[in-house]
Amino acid sequence: MTTTVAPPTTPAAEPVPAPARARGPRRWLAIVSILAGWLVFFVIFQGRATLELAPAQLTGLHRWFNDLNDTIGANRNSNPIFLYFFNEIRLVIDNLVTGFQYLVSKPIAGRGVPLIGWLGVVAIAGYVSWVFGNVRVAILAVAGFVFFGLQGLWEESMDTLALTTAAVLIALVIGIPLGIWAGMSPRVRRIITPVLDFMQTMPTFVYLAPLTLFFLIGPASATIATLIFAMPPAIRITAHAIAEVPPSTREAADSLGATGGQTLVKVLLPMAKRTIVVGINQTIMAALAMVTIAALIDAPGLGKVVVKALQSLDVGTAFNAGLAIVVMAVVLDRVTTAAGDRAGLRLRGAAGVSSGRQRRIQVAVGGVVALACVYLSYTYVWAAEFPVDWNIGPWISRTTSDITLWIQDNLSVITNDLRDAITTSVLNPFETLLTDSPWWLMCAVIIALAYVLGGVGAAVAGAVCLALVLATGVWHDAMTTLASTLVATVAVVIVGVLVGVWMGRSRRADRVIRPVLDAAQVMPAFVYLVPFVALFGPSRFTAIVAAFVYASPIVIKIVTDGIRGVSPTTVEAATASGAGRWQTISKVQLPMSSRSLTLATNQGLIYVLSMVVVGGLVGAGALGYDVVAGFSQGQLFGKGLAAGFAIVLLGIMLDRITQAAARRTGRTAG
Amino acid sequence: MRKRKLGTTVLLATVSLVLAGCGGAKVGEDSGGGGGGGGADCGDFNIAVNPWVGYEADAAVVGYVAEKNLGCNVTKKDLKEEVAWQGFGTGEVDVVLENWGHDDLKKKYIDDQKTGVRVGSTGNTGTIGWYVPPWMAEKYPDITDYKNLNKYADMFKTSESGGKGQLLDGDPSFVTNDAALVKNLNLNFKVVYAGSETALIQSFRQAEKDKKPMIGYFYEPQWFMLEVKLAHVKLPEYKTGCDADAEKVACDYPPYDLDKIASKKFMDAGGPAADLVKNFKWTNDDQNLVAKYIAVDKMSPEDAAEKWVKDNKSKVDAWLPKS
Repeated sequence: MTTTVAPPTTPAAEPVPAPARARGPRRWLAIVSILAGWLVFFVIFQGRATLELAPAQLTGLHRWFNDLNDTIGANRNSNPIFLYFFNEIRLVIDNLVTGFQYLVSKPIAGRGVPLIGWLGVVAIAGYVSWVFGNVRVAILAVAGFVFFGLQGLWEESMDTLALTTAAVLIALVIGIPLGIWAGMSPRVRRIITPVLDFMQTMPTFVYLAPLTLFFLIGPASATIATLIFAMPPAIRITAHAIAEVPPSTREAADSLGATGGQTLVKVLLPMAKRTIVVGINQTIMAALAMVTIAALIDAPGLGKVVVKALQSLDVGTAFNAGLAIVVMAVVLDRVTTAAGDRAGLRLRGAAGVSSGRQRRIQVAVGGVVALACVYLSYTYVWAAEFPVDWNIGPWISRTTSDITLWIQDNLSVITNDLRDAITTSVLNPFETLLTDSPWWLMCAVIIALAYVLGGVGAAVAGAVCLALVLATGVWHDAMTTLASTLVATVAVVIVGVLVGVWMGRSRRADRVIRPVLDAAQVMPAFVYLVPFVALFGPSRFTAIVAAFVYASPIVIKIVTDGIRGVSPTTVEAATASGAGRWQTISKVQLPMSSRSLTLATNQGLIYVLSMVVVGGLVGAGALGYDVVAGFSQGQLFGKGLAAGFAIVLLGIMLDRITQAAARRTGRTAG
Repeated sequence: MRKRKLGTTVLLATVSLVLAGCGGAKVGEDSGGGGGGGGADCGDFNIAVNPWVGYEADAAVVGYVAEKNLGCNVTKKDLKEEVAWQGFGTGEVDVVLENWGHDDLKKKYIDDQKTGVRVGSTGNTGTIGWYVPPWMAEKYPDITDYKNLNKYADMFKTSESGGKGQLLDGDPSFVTNDAALVKNLNLNFKVVYAGSETALIQSFRQAEKDKKPMIGYFYEPQWFMLEVKLAHVKLPEYKTGCDADAEKVACDYPPYDLDKIASKKFMDAGGPAADLVKNFKWTNDDQNLVAKYIAVDKMSPEDAAEKWVKDNKSKVDAWLPKS
């Protein structure tokens, strides 16, 4: 998506002044000596104190989690907290979602169709996009929504839309006020950030089953699962937007005698509006990312189609549904982005955008047309039910199946060799180094590296996270996962820089590649698992490839942004002084966008890490498998939860270290 | 000015559309019947659907009969096993139609929480074990005995198996003793966790197509067996109690009598749907046929169930409450 550049974790934390230690060559020297020391100790102590745990083996903590889960399950019907708190929340959310469903997707008894049929929904989508965005996105919205019908997935798409809308609404109702609060008070922000990190990196699989204990099986649990993942961007970006308003503006309002409330409503919110829309956009995207996973606890909609199709390995049908998710994401992304731009233009009072009598008449006429369509779709069958004859879904499925089959048949020899080559030459040695080093050696190495790269803060964060990983009891699995994660990240960053530089320098390349990146980011991973397993077999390498597909778009986009941010005059100066293309790239453009490069690495890591569980589904083992198994088997619940914590901790640790490193590079380069 | 003209045109077009549309059929005119005229008062019937095609076949047929013959208001809920069992207590799930063992869940929900009850066998027998693709069984006839596996271990090496033969395990929802079996039978193999049934099936499919060696954990009844008839590898015979100590298991998996588990509240209340659940019973071949309709012929579960029910009237009649 055009705006997905906004990172899922702490976007651009405020620079904390820290004494710059070990700069340049001295820092490299330190890193090299740490690595050398690691190797020496590894040779001496290999295989000792590796804290390995067999797949079915549990620790005390894991059993304690199990017992806790059982106790909650046994007492939920008699406990007042459930009767008067969780049940009430569930009722409200259930009713909200079902209300939306009756509006657009769920047939009402006696009518056989929902209240608003396809024509009405399409008309509303077009109208709303036009009023808040522009004509172009309105056409896109209409085309996109009609496409759902053509795919034969109208009802499923509307179910997904209903659930997503409910989740996003609740996320915004809670998230925006929280974000405003956090934006005005740095202390609140400090408290809230780790919680948001946790919400975004904890694998959904871990809390899916317990959620149904609290909120029962049904729309409420699915909505809350979506909510947990989708709310953080709304909070973070709103806070960021409010905090960005220049203090002088705020002071001016204060000196004019405005009360706190007035300053907020008249000054802060209007100025932050454009960025807040970006937050809404990110929340919608995150909510759509949850469609397939929520289907595992009976969430209605497109996710169900994907999950069911995979039970019989029907890639074509899964792809068709995945495509609908992609289209929905693209439509909603472009519309909210256009709405954000409009809000920005309106703020600056640009001509031709706002108000005026003519505009009001247009809006009124459009509204009448939309209402007429809604009425038609309420009353007449042809406008209520999407015509079955126009179904191109089967064609899409068949074509996809044929293409996948061809690829599987013709490429699997090469791909297997590629897997074996990379696994034996890179992955295995590196993984052995991590898993066979004693735990204390690994801790020492990571903390030392964190100190050199990011300073004291990063080292402390690393130490705390590592201690907690040790406590989860899945240290060995965590190291296996860390190895694959780092290998995947290196691949992602290399390709990300190559493609990003290309896209940053060529608008045409950008135009062709960007939609592909959007699709790769939103297409549910479940859809491409089957062909990947066919090509690479169930293996760690397969998991790395899946992570690569998901994580490289964000890296490419950030690098592109960075390259484009280098001022054209600088580039021109370089070319004028006779620098060749490669010199311009390597001596000017890359060094000048080094801050984006570190940010890209940070995001690459976090995105790769968020695919660990998906990796567990295709043979990566380790933490991903622990989580999946914990979701499937009662007695492994506790271990799955512990593995989930370990993933979160690895994420926070890597995030803090790379961010600290990024702040330093930012300073040295800028 | 131009824009206003555009607006007028759009408005006119819409008005004419509205007028034209008035010729069409109106919503709700023809859909008076609805339920199909079920006799007894059946009410709501919530079937959990666990994520495999065989189960989907059970749910499709039972759901179809409940809706068409008994006039129940059937809701199917797609859930993993543990989540489905949780639903007994909260009244969200009435029945789990195909249960594979799960002694831990039985203890928790039937014996301890007393929210579920056993409703007897589905008539299906489940087999769990080690399988090889058919081309291997043909080329190496003695491979289907575990005693000869070490001889072939080298063939099964992969990038994941650390120099030993790879034994591929699948969906983590199935309990496996494979790691213990490999150890206790002194096999030169390493268990690798594919992590999902999808990955496991795709691996077997690929192995048969490319004639690549592979051995893995699998089970019947399973629709994939209709596409590729995997060969079962013999392990030391199962005797009652030989799997009591999970660490020391050195025998095959027991045959599973697949059974039905229902919510206690639902069964106690009785009614036509509860009777149907009690009476529902069919064979592995029956299930495989419906599963094939769904997975291979790509029929919707409803169509598959309708076809099977029409072709098997006598079996279905035996499930219906006598009146």
